[in-house]
Amino acid sequence: MSLLHVFGFGLKVGHLLWMLCCWVASMISMNWFINGEFKDADTVLLGHSGSKMWLKFWDKFSNYSFNIHHQYYQYVGSKRISKTWWRKLLFSWIIGWILASISILYYMSFQATEKRKETLASMCDERARMLQDQFNVSMNHIQAISIFISTFHHGKTPSAIDQRTFARYTERTAFERPLTSGVAYAVRVLHSEREQFEKQQGWTIKRMDTLEQNPVHKDDYNPDLLEPSPIQEEYAPVIFAQDIVSHVVSLDMLSGQEDSKNVLCARKSGKGVLTAPFRLLKTNRLGVILTFAVYKRDLPLTATPTERIQATVGYLGGVFDIESLVEKLLQQLASKQTILVNVLDTTNQSYPISMYGSNASNDGLEHVSLLNFGDPFRKHEMRCRFKQKPPWPWLGITTSIGILVIALLVGHIFHATVNRLAKVEDDCHKMMELKKQAEAADVAKSQFLATVSHEIRTPMNGVLGMLHMLMDTDLDVTQLDYVRTAQASGKALVALINEVLDQAKIKSGKLELEEVQFDLRAILDDVLSLFSGKSQDKGVEVVQLAVYISDQVPQMLIGDPGRFRQIIINLMGNSIKFTEKGHILVTVHLVEEVIDSIEVETESSSENTLSGFPVADRRQSWKGFRTFSQEGSINPFSHSISLIVSVEDAGEGIPLEAQSRVFTPFMQVDPSISRTHGGTGIGLSISKCLVNLMKGEIGFVSIPKIGSTFTFTAVFTSGSSSSKKYKSQQINKMSNSVSSEFYGMRALVMDPRPVRAKVSKYQIRRLGIHVEVVSQWKQGLSSIRRGSNAINMVIIEQEVWDKYLNNSTLFFDTLEKIDYGTPPKVFLLSNSISSSGANISTGVFNMTVIPKPWRASMLAAALQRTMGVGNKGNPCNGQLPSLSLRNLLLGRKILIVDDNNVNLKVAAGALKKYGADVVSATRGIEAIELLTPPHQFDACFMDIQMPEMDGFEATRRIRDMEHNINNRIHHGELSVEAYNNVSNWHVSILAMTADVIQATHEECLRCGMDGYVSKPFEAEQLYREVSRFFQ
Amino acid sequence: MDLVQLQRQFVDYRTSLYHEGFLDEQFTQLQELQDENNPDFVVEVVSLFFEDSERLLNELARALEQQSIDYKRIDAHVHQLKGSSSSIGAQRVQKVCIAFRNYCEEQNVEGCLKCLQQVWHEYSLVKTKLESLFQLEQQILTAGGSIPM
Repeated sequence: MSLLHVFGFGLKVGHLLWMLCCWVASMISMNWFINGEFKDADTVLLGHSGSKMWLKFWDKFSNYSFNIHHQYYQYVGSKRISKTWWRKLLFSWIIGWILASISILYYMSFQATEKRKETLASMCDERARMLQDQFNVSMNHIQAISIFISTFHHGKTPSAIDQRTFARYTERTAFERPLTSGVAYAVRVLHSEREQFEKQQGWTIKRMDTLEQNPVHKDDYNPDLLEPSPIQEEYAPVIFAQDIVSHVVSLDMLSGQEDSKNVLCARKSGKGVLTAPFRLLKTNRLGVILTFAVYKRDLPLTATPTERIQATVGYLGGVFDIESLVEKLLQQLASKQTILVNVLDTTNQSYPISMYGSNASNDGLEHVSLLNFGDPFRKHEMRCRFKQKPPWPWLGITTSIGILVIALLVGHIFHATVNRLAKVEDDCHKMMELKKQAEAADVAKSQFLATVSHEIRTPMNGVLGMLHMLMDTDLDVTQLDYVRTAQASGKALVALINEVLDQAKIKSGKLELEEVQFDLRAILDDVLSLFSGKSQDKGVEVVQLAVYISDQVPQMLIGDPGRFRQIIINLMGNSIKFTEKGHILVTVHLVEEVIDSIEVETESSSENTLSGFPVADRRQSWKGFRTFSQEGSINPFSHSISLIVSVEDAGEGIPLEAQSRVFTPFMQVDPSISRTHGGTGIGLSISKCLVNLMKGEIGFVSIPKIGSTFTFTAVFTSGSSSSKKYKSQQINKMSNSVSSEFYGMRALVMDPRPVRAKVSKYQIRRLGIHVEVVSQWKQGLSSIRRGSNAINMVIIEQEVWDKYLNNSTLFFDTLEKIDYGTPPKVFLLSNSISSSGANISTGVFNMTVIPKPWRASMLAAALQRTMGVGNKGNPCNGQLPSLSLRNLLLGRKILIVDDNNVNLKVAAGALKKYGADVVSATRGIEAIELLTPPHQFDACFMDIQMPEMDGFEATRRIRDMEHNINNRIHHGELSVEAYNNVSNWHVSILAMTADVIQATHEECLRCGMDGYVSKPFEAEQLYREVSRFFQ
Repeated sequence: MDLVQLQRQFVDYRTSLYHEGFLDEQFTQLQELQDENNPDFVVEVVSLFFEDSERLLNELARALEQQSIDYKRIDAHVHQLKGSSSSIGAQRVQKVCIAFRNYCEEQNVEGCLKCLQQVWHEYSLVKTKLESLFQLEQQILTAGGSIPM
């Protein structure tokens, strides 16, 4: 029951809480409502059609939400406003909840009091009713006794009752009158009858009032001591009395003040009349006396008082011991202890007479119940109070405190949240500022780096130049060694600075790619030759270098060759650093090819690699490339060509934990790497940036101890407008560029390893030679024997030679036996350069060794030497720039001007060596004559310091002349035909000088030169300069 | 003489020339320029150098004997000589030339004369050395061997 009550109460509280929340929410939203809503709402309410209303409502709704956002941003945006706003809200929240909890407390205690009151009332009424009932029962019985007396005492003569009978009767019927302590009957005696009456009874009528005035104790009560009653009109002496009150016999009731009043009243009204409470004789307890008049005959209800008085014969009185009676009554009832009962006679309103109960005043609750004891003249009431003070309303207190605590907690959360928000906002602002600072610092750092690098480079050039000059002075061997070391270090430093500058440039987005036409194959040849020396230096085992470019890749591409070269060099440089054995293979394909093959190509065995060492599967390295995931992006009709380049090595691989930071600048696998292998760790990062600039992606796969494969894609444009036509001419053109004399020849490659054979095939085919690959030498022999197609050359992999053919004459015997045409020439592909150019003679047969790495030019040279086709070319050693120079200078017509015969001869010799067609001149004037258009020269190397006319002057004149002629051609004064169809004459002039300082770049440019080279020729510098205009 | 011994002698002699500073790597480069197309390249260049140098030295001697010395002309000659010598890698001649030019700039007659003596001396030395080197080479070739690189 109480549980249910509590539950209900909880629901009430919950509801209250919810209402309060709603109220707060509405207060908050009121602002917006007032701001944005009312006007619209009015118009809507003023009667539009339903659809319009909806529309408007929607409008408003969006408006409203917008407003909310707006307000929110406004509030959040201006921190101060939001702060004060939140504080006010919090304050009102707390105040509101304190008030709410107080009202809850009040409400609950009020409820409890009401309930208590109700309980008290019901208990009091119950008691009063019981008391009244019992009293009435007693009263009725007394009335019955009065009737009994009138019947048996006055109705019969002689009387049927005497004192003893009455006493016994009343004693035996006492249980009927639980509230009376005794009953007595007084008879009406007129004064005239007194004498007779006294005689008859044997006692005198005694008066009572003295007794009343001097109440005596029971013990010393002696009725004989009482005075006889004075003479009066009439008397009412008691004749019968219950034993318990037998002491009142013979007392004149009319002589007692209270009693006489009672008696008179009773006989007048004919009803039971009560006295005011008074101390009873003997017991000295509070009591009342009920008096009934006994009439001679039955009187009607309408009898007048006079009639009643005349009819009166006696009076019956009952003593009610109220105190003990009430106590007895209360004992019968439960929860006697909880309430205090007072019974009062309130006939006189201002002086209520207490009949029962203590007077202990208690200002607590009191309930008053009226008692009706059947006497209309007397009023009685019962007043009930709780004995204990009302208990504390614990439920209310705990509930309200609980609510308050919850509200405070919520407030605290609010507060904390707001504070936190503000703090986070502050932090965010701080972070933003810090971020800005950091970014600014980063930019500043990059700029600083760039500036410093540039500033270092300038003096470094001076240092290098001076070192170069120092080398020309009189130095002993040790000094020379020092200077060389210094110069090498300086060069390394400049290279590093260039790298850093690159990085900075890329970062600041200043690096722009060139758009020039270039030959991818030539670039890769260059790179290969650049590294071939390094790969030979590595140690005992030779690292094989190879390049394979798919036939589908066009010969000429448009892009930035320098940057492409840089990427390849970075990747290959890394591979070389970490590869001690096996091979490094660079493959170039079109992306389309690879996409097609990506599904087709099944797992290639690890043995099927260039050197037989297992490598990381390169297909893994481009797994994550975007290009492959969105194939649709490749437009086959556009001129853009996507290349995919893989550099695969059988090196030591990258440790797994370092793989994630491979492309992070300045991060190497661990510090020991830079000690053992050198480098700054910037190369790959630059490569990545460059690849991104080329709209490509870079990725890698690396397996420790097996190797790494780096793959990148890059987008170029096709070198010629119609790429398809180009492709068909490709072979021809290539053979032109290298050597056309092999075109149409047939070669047989004996190589059991497909990948290596593929590379060989690629390189040989570049010379226009048809290639047939056999994996078994016997198979090769049989194909030679068949002789359906005359095979001009047989190229044998060293591995095959070592295993099967060495010391075996069978092979050569077979070759000799071929009776038609010339027997094929035999070449051996060697991995090491040491035996280059050497001819191994086995018996009659000569075999030429071609050293690797494969390069078309080298192959051509070897072939030329052996086959005796075209004797122009010179076999060249695998020295780095010489081959590239050869590529550049082959067939060029070059004029050399120098007054010093020796110098002239040396320079001419050097240029001739690279295949150039050299014309010499010893004087400036001569040069001017030779260079007067039209002429065939591609370039001119000119000494600066010459007698008569120095190089600057000669150049200036040549330029003037060219300018003049160009102008005249443009103006039509001269016909273009007469000038070899060249409308814009400009021959490249390079200064030759031994003096680094004198021939500064600027000065050379000022007089119209294109560059300068040092004298004597330094292959690297020569290449750098020459490559600028010979592409 | 045995071919192998000749070859060894040749190599030793050449090495000594480098070590004593008569020649530098420029001479090596010169040798590299020589190939089948140009089998006598080095000898040609070197003899050209001899002719040129002797002419220049004679002119220098004559110029320094004059009453009024034309330092500009002397400087031009020395510059020529320096260029030639550096081209074939005769570095000792070249170094003296550098000193010569300094004196020339100072217009120091005595210094110039002293340098001329030195240049003569160095030139004669390198000439004999180179001639004997070529002689050895010739011997090897006539013996049917190849020139070791």
